[in-house]
Amino acid sequence: MPVSNSHLQALEAEAIHALREAAAVFRKPVILYSIGKDSSVLLHLALKAFYPAKPPFALLHVDTTWKFREMIAFRDRRMKELGLPLTVHVNQDGLARGIGPLSHGAAVHTDIMKTEALKQALDLHGFDAAIGGARRDEEPSRAKERIFSLRSASHCWDPRGQRPELWRLYNGRLNPGESIRVFPLSNWTELDIWTYIAREKIPVVPLYFAAGRMVVQRNGMLILRDDERLTLLPKELPELLWVRFRTLGCYPLTGAIESRADTVAAIIDELGRSRTSERQGRAIDHGESSMERKKVEGYF
Amino acid sequence: MNEDLLRFIACGSVDDGKSTLIGRLLVDADVVPDDRRAAAPDLAGLLDGLQAEREQGITIDVGYRYFSTPRRRFIVADTPGHEQYTRNMATGASTADLAVILVDATKGLLPQTLRHSAIVALMGIRRIVLAVNKMDLAGYREDRFAAIVDGYATMAGELGLSDVTAIPVSALHGDNVMRSSAAMPWYRGPTLLGHLETVPAAPASDLPFRLAVQWINRDAGFRGYAGTVLGGSVRPGDEVVVLPSGVRAQVARIVTYEGDLDRATAGQAVTLTLDPEVDVGRGDVIAAAGAPPHLSDQFAAHIVWLGDAPMLPGRPYLLRLGTATTTAMVSGLKHRLDIASGSQRPAKQLEPNDIGLANLSLDRALPFDTYDDNRETGGFILIDRLSNATVGAGMIRFPLRRAANLAWQDFTVDKTARAAIKGHRPAVLWFTGLSGAGKSAIADGVEKRLTALGHHTYLLDGDNVRHGLNRDLGFTDADRVENIRRVIETAHLMADAGLIVLVSFISPFRAERRLARERLADDAFLEIFVDTPIEVCERRDPKGLYHKARVGELRNFTGIDSAYEPPEAPDLHLRTLEMTIDDEVERIIEALQRRGVFD
Repeated sequence: MPVSNSHLQALEAEAIHALREAAAVFRKPVILYSIGKDSSVLLHLALKAFYPAKPPFALLHVDTTWKFREMIAFRDRRMKELGLPLTVHVNQDGLARGIGPLSHGAAVHTDIMKTEALKQALDLHGFDAAIGGARRDEEPSRAKERIFSLRSASHCWDPRGQRPELWRLYNGRLNPGESIRVFPLSNWTELDIWTYIAREKIPVVPLYFAAGRMVVQRNGMLILRDDERLTLLPKELPELLWVRFRTLGCYPLTGAIESRADTVAAIIDELGRSRTSERQGRAIDHGESSMERKKVEGYF
Repeated sequence: MNEDLLRFIACGSVDDGKSTLIGRLLVDADVVPDDRRAAAPDLAGLLDGLQAEREQGITIDVGYRYFSTPRRRFIVADTPGHEQYTRNMATGASTADLAVILVDATKGLLPQTLRHSAIVALMGIRRIVLAVNKMDLAGYREDRFAAIVDGYATMAGELGLSDVTAIPVSALHGDNVMRSSAAMPWYRGPTLLGHLETVPAAPASDLPFRLAVQWINRDAGFRGYAGTVLGGSVRPGDEVVVLPSGVRAQVARIVTYEGDLDRATAGQAVTLTLDPEVDVGRGDVIAAAGAPPHLSDQFAAHIVWLGDAPMLPGRPYLLRLGTATTTAMVSGLKHRLDIASGSQRPAKQLEPNDIGLANLSLDRALPFDTYDDNRETGGFILIDRLSNATVGAGMIRFPLRRAANLAWQDFTVDKTARAAIKGHRPAVLWFTGLSGAGKSAIADGVEKRLTALGHHTYLLDGDNVRHGLNRDLGFTDADRVENIRRVIETAHLMADAGLIVLVSFISPFRAERRLARERLADDAFLEIFVDTPIEVCERRDPKGLYHKARVGELRNFTGIDSAYEPPEAPDLHLRTLEMTIDDEVERIIEALQRRGVFD
């Protein structure tokens, strides 16, 4: 069924409640801004939650240096428009070692340039709470997440030893070194996100909308060659296809889907008929229980 | 009220087919993406999110699933059936409007069925679907279904669950899940999905207005109180009362990003401004002035114990209610529910997964409603003060007003006046350490010195107090906690009388020593760790107790089969093997001088 206004209202109120709790109970909370649609919604909700004041959060982007160029351009434009200070963190050690998805594979790249980088940034700035846009319906291990989810001093998630979370009573109390990941969008679905983006007219990266793009078939995925670092293999021939992205990550690891949906309304319509899962185009999820393992190690 | 959404919880025993049933709902509602369906070995496999769940074929942690039909949207909490995971069931139930309780038609009602139903009833879920599953294995027989339904009716009646809809299903084959079953023509009721699509989500809310203040919004001359409406509704101009202070004001504006509202209702996240601008902080409740919540520092509540260690009456926990946090303890445990028989049993403590009715005593009065009146303002959690884990969930049943009826009597002669006669400030010296560590010998030496200096002292000794004041207490963890609580209160009275009090107690638990420090914070309080290795204590064994404990004649002996938690930051750490008693006494006297107890 289409997402009703009252349902969006309830989801919005629940997320705002979680954001206000995070602001009230943590010493130094940060929004993990990943530029995607969920982050865009999260940021919008933060603006609402503390109006007329500005959100009392720092903003952090963990840059793997392999994001789509359009993502970075969008990020810089949005931050300027909103007048919010953004901290960008790159794992300099990984960069110096030349870690990348093409040379080292998805697993090593994600581990070093995302998970390690995130842990570095949290430690460096002493953030005791990281607020992210992850949703339970994205992926089976995320269905097990709390809204306030405890991480050990080494940023590890213990899925079998989670704090029970009852009513709206989130337990944000920490022992030294521990931190909390806050997921205000836990109960939102992909369809809720897009319906809300439509209702609130939230800007998102243009890559979500279908357009004619030069893509190449690789490992069963349609890869957009975003810069020269991706060298074509002998038999690979880029072709012009109408494609869009359902999720955004590192460009060599993020498959496009063939689509004509070039407006938010068309995307909502397309989702209603989709037979595949949202993260099906993400190379990093595949392999045995890989999202759970990454999360246990500290991935968002 | 958002009638488009139904939040429900599915609960059942291990192997009742709960995950299969939810998988069937998802598949029949056609919401499972092809790639995820292809990756799952069977219907139940659609739900298992954790590797261990896939490996063991069981549900470990509560998981949430989202699906919709043309008529309604659903959030389902899939909760573990295994007993030790009751805490996750309570978690899932706390936000649910309805519970689907699964019973295996071939096994009938199990102790877990009663446990789940009891939790669901305590958590305030009024609508129950009894899904009698695996009807295919029971030959689709009506008499089998009817027998289970009859049995459950008795159980439900005793728990006060009156709204039960029973549906015979086969999750594996899909009978009566979305499609009516041809194999069970005798059943003429709704299918499970049909029922879930049409049942009212929750009773209409006509409660008085409540808002728990989360955050004070200050911005260039603006001062507003941000929070979620937890009951009723509010309009500008409404008379409200701020609790616990009791100050009254009018609602001036209801501020949101989209502009001011002329009304806000339960579930909405808003920011209020008040006229006049009174003092409001996080943790306060803004409520309808004409129908305020209870305000008390004591109440009776059902507690579901979630912690790994038992709940001990007298031990302080953090209590989180609304947006307020305070210290609280169970002052009396009325009974524990015996799940197997459904009866109430006397208990001295609550074990993990136990449910009990208890009186709680808070450090300060908080506003609340009974849980039956309002889940949001009547439900609380308990947090362990050392691990910070969430260890209990509570549902307030009724306020206790004993404290309110006892006015505090102020007298002219106070502690300072009494102590002044004696030429010192009152102090408490708290000696902790293993049996045989030398606590009493050191305390005795200190008391002799203090008396020689002309100070008025009293020594509370663990063994001696147990001959009188605490002769009714044993050595279980629960009794040890109560033992210490009484000693803390006694020391408090003596310090109030102006004395220098020496307490020589093993006091093995950090939580109670912390309680002592907080309770006695107004006086000079010295935690003195008499640190002697257990091998040495055991060799000394002045009372022969280690020997008795080793040969099994004495149970719950600290250091042998009961834990001693050494202090992390004592005021004085006396390593007895490196010092003489005279040195130790001298260090304590110096510490008292440094703290200004005497010159």
